[in-house]
Amino acid sequence: MDFLQFNPETDYKLLLAVPLIPVLGYVLQIFFGKQLKRGDILLTAGMFTSMCIALLMFAKALNAAYAGEVFLHESVKEWGGWGWLYQSEPGVNLVAGIFYDPLGAAMLAVVTVVSFCVHLFSTGYMHGDCRYRIFFANISLFTFAMLGLVLSDNLLFLFIFWELMGLMSYLLIGHFSHDAKSGFRGWATWASQKAFMTTRVGDVCLLVGMLMFHQHFETFQFTELWSAAAETVAANGGQYPAWMTVAGLFVFGGTIGKSAQFPLHIWLPDAMAGPTPVSAMIHAATMVAAGVFLLGRTYPLMSPMALEVITVVGATTALFAATIGLTSWDLKAVLAYSTISQLGFMVTAVGLGSVTAGMFHMTTHAFFKACLFLSAGSVIHGCHHEQDMRLMGGLRKKMPITFICMFVCTLAIAGIPLFSGFYSKDKIIMAGFERVLDHDHFSGAALYGLVALAIAAALTAFYMFRLIFLTFFGEYRGDQQEHRYSGMLDEHGRGGHIVYHDHDDHDDHGGNAHVPHESPKNITIPLMVLAFLGVFGGHFWLASSDPLANHSKPWFATMVSESTLYGDEISGWLSPEPHGHEALEHLEHLEHTAHLSAVGTSLTVALLGVFGAWLLYYRRRDIPAKVVAAVGPLYPLVANKYYIDELVTRYVIRPTLALCRALKWVDEKVVDGVVLGVGRLNRTAATVHAWFDGMFVDGLVNGVGHLTQAFGSIVRLIQTGRIQQYLSFAVAGSILLAAWLILS
Amino acid sequence: MPLEAYVAVSAALFVIGIACMLSRRNVLYVLMGIEMILNAANINFVAFNRFSGDGLDGRMFAIFVIILAAAEAAVALAILLNVYHLFRSVKPSDADLLRE
Amino acid sequence: MEPASRVFYTLVTLASLLALGWGAFSAGAPGVSFALFAILTLGGGLMCIWERSVVRSAFSLMATFLGVAGLFLLLGADFLAMAQVLIYVGGILALILFGVMLSPPDLNERSLPRVLGGLAFAGGAAIWLGLRISASVTWATAEELPPMTSHAEEIGVGFLSPEQYVVPFELAAVLLTVALVAAVYIARRRSIDLFPEEDA
Repeated sequence: MDFLQFNPETDYKLLLAVPLIPVLGYVLQIFFGKQLKRGDILLTAGMFTSMCIALLMFAKALNAAYAGEVFLHESVKEWGGWGWLYQSEPGVNLVAGIFYDPLGAAMLAVVTVVSFCVHLFSTGYMHGDCRYRIFFANISLFTFAMLGLVLSDNLLFLFIFWELMGLMSYLLIGHFSHDAKSGFRGWATWASQKAFMTTRVGDVCLLVGMLMFHQHFETFQFTELWSAAAETVAANGGQYPAWMTVAGLFVFGGTIGKSAQFPLHIWLPDAMAGPTPVSAMIHAATMVAAGVFLLGRTYPLMSPMALEVITVVGATTALFAATIGLTSWDLKAVLAYSTISQLGFMVTAVGLGSVTAGMFHMTTHAFFKACLFLSAGSVIHGCHHEQDMRLMGGLRKKMPITFICMFVCTLAIAGIPLFSGFYSKDKIIMAGFERVLDHDHFSGAALYGLVALAIAAALTAFYMFRLIFLTFFGEYRGDQQEHRYSGMLDEHGRGGHIVYHDHDDHDDHGGNAHVPHESPKNITIPLMVLAFLGVFGGHFWLASSDPLANHSKPWFATMVSESTLYGDEISGWLSPEPHGHEALEHLEHLEHTAHLSAVGTSLTVALLGVFGAWLLYYRRRDIPAKVVAAVGPLYPLVANKYYIDELVTRYVIRPTLALCRALKWVDEKVVDGVVLGVGRLNRTAATVHAWFDGMFVDGLVNGVGHLTQAFGSIVRLIQTGRIQQYLSFAVAGSILLAAWLILS
Repeated sequence: MPLEAYVAVSAALFVIGIACMLSRRNVLYVLMGIEMILNAANINFVAFNRFSGDGLDGRMFAIFVIILAAAEAAVALAILLNVYHLFRSVKPSDADLLRE
Repeated sequence: MEPASRVFYTLVTLASLLALGWGAFSAGAPGVSFALFAILTLGGGLMCIWERSVVRSAFSLMATFLGVAGLFLLLGADFLAMAQVLIYVGGILALILFGVMLSPPDLNERSLPRVLGGLAFAGGAAIWLGLRISASVTWATAEELPPMTSHAEEIGVGFLSPEQYVVPFELAAVLLTVALVAAVYIARRRSIDLFPEEDA
């Protein structure tokens, strides 16, 4: 099929149009939003166009992958780039171009689909908001930043879009900070600042790492960086130089900030202070995906030691966030911590050496997490902006569409077979088994990662089904207000009793304001689209009709693997092909064992988690309270998110403020004290000397004064204040000077 | 014509400019005198450039002097308007606040 | 015409005729053209000083500027001559005339002794210094004057080439911008008022 071939002449223009349409929408909405009236529809339509183009380009990439062709396209080589800071000296040139590879193709499709769904969802969910126009403009620019980041062919431009995304997340999380009616205005302001400042720590790390690589390799282009890394390692006798580990870890610092890894994860749960569509964007397609995407782009630069650190950080994050998810009562907070946990999965996968698995999980996760967040938004919308799960329950019958969407996506995230999450998560666990079972590549970090991920996967299934049982099963508890204060609230009272102010024109419910209801169509349609992708995103377009037999090679693995990501040369260097019959057999055996173990583990932990949730939150509802009592201080520890926020407040923010206060004190007491003391001393001395002055000095001073006055009146004769007179003096002076120069 | 002729004309124009600045009691004459002085300098620049062989420096300098003169005239006129507004007069001798 | 003016203009005419004769005598046609432009330049300047009316002074200044432009032409600087006409005659003179229009007429401000004294003082000094200099200095001039060609393109290249004048050129652009903004800022009527009671 000809039209599925990549054509550099036209396709780069199409690719360019994908990010440019949202940015055009942004400009229109910002400058002509008032005249446009229905700018939201225009922007959603623009996003739809953008999505269609992205899907067409995605089809080309997929076609190439199934034909077994290499699909690495760099506009700098094939079509042209945009020179920037262009100089004749080599090493300083910066040429920005488009880099379109299978990973980029997948990301582009995911981002545009999710963004389109979020746009559509927002037309219903945000209706009546006082900053509706600005919201749409911002969310478009947010999408633009992510698309630009995906298409960048060099680290510097990736960084620029990265920063733009940080800014847009700041603006969007703080959306309600200008809404006087909103109940959490202060929280939104605080959360947006927190997100901005926390990710900034990571951004600085990324900048440092980026510059270290540039200093040694003198380029920002990804392809050149990869081959430079391969050459450097080859020249170093197969060993990574130490600076590469350090620089790689700095780059990973960017991922820690943006993808909310431990210990910089604290901004993500608070990011839900923004409107729910923004949360869906941040958690699924944009912010957090950017960090993992960066890891995918820079994977060949990471030394084994850096990869071990990445594994440990990712696995820790996955496990630790999952435990917090167990105890939270806020619907969105559970989802937020599950995002952190799933991001931990992706990062661990990269650390274990399986970029494919990590990126695959990012893709499937984007769909089902966006669906979960939007469903949560629908639930919150239906329950009149109530977020406490203890005040929900029994919504299955009242909101059937939302229930079905959320349920299938929960199945996906819990890792039930046939749903997309199973395939990706299974691949990650399989990567872990491959590392652990293989004696040559065994490392403690890999074992730790595997165990932590298995536990985290069980916990994921548990807390997600807990959410489903609490929200959709049982009796509706929305009218039992006393529940609200019976449970445990965190120290700010957040997560417990946030009551979002109902919109004035929110009138699509009946007479009784307390009866939850199904949401309108423009809310449910994006849900259904995303739920469909959440279910089938993992295995559509399979090579064989039996999904179970073939599940280790779904479309994503066909399309994105090390050889398609980085080209044959680099991937050959990263993981050399085994030679000889024995080695091949060993590898095959290993893969087989890992595969079986992974499937077994995934299934076991998922079912265990689901069963646990069913038992504790559906069958025997008295058990959770007993468990809480039994574990003693452990529960408050987890429920308060391991006091990380408090630790940061105590050991980072407070010392800073204390330092400021101390400096202020020094300024006020010591510096001002010295000044004031000198002043007082002077006053005393002055009083003492006053009479002396009056008696003796005055006479002298007056005398001097008279003298000065007399002298001044003489000098004043020439100080007339008339500029022309001064001018004639100047001319005369110059003539005299010239005469002296000539005559002497 | 020899270089000396140009330099003489330039010197004469310079002197006339100085006299113009000194002898009249209107700020505008000061402005006109400055323009004459700058023109005199320009004649010198161009003449020396011409008579010292090839090169552009003198002419370039003259161009920058013209640019400067334009900027100066604009600012000077603005100052003149302000002076008139403040003192109700355009005589430089009346603007003698520096004396106080 | 007052008697003093009659004497003044007679003297100027006589000096012009002398200069013309001297030019024709010493260098023929080029000498005549040089003398014409020099007369235009200096005569304009003298008339500027002499005339009572500011408007007349300003217009006589036009003669000076045109004369200088002519001298530039004789020196082979055609671009500069055009720039002179455009900027001085078209721009600066117009500004001065605006100044004239915006300030009060004051016809009796010329004082004959001051004009003559200023001319005598400055001119005497200049002539004396000139004589001293011409007695002691010889200027190194080129052996053979280069042919007169149009240099407009050369100047344009000079402005834009980094090896030559691009930095001064940019600086001049900045200067002009700053000066125009400053002029607008200064000229706008403001609240600083030294004599507020007069405004009331």
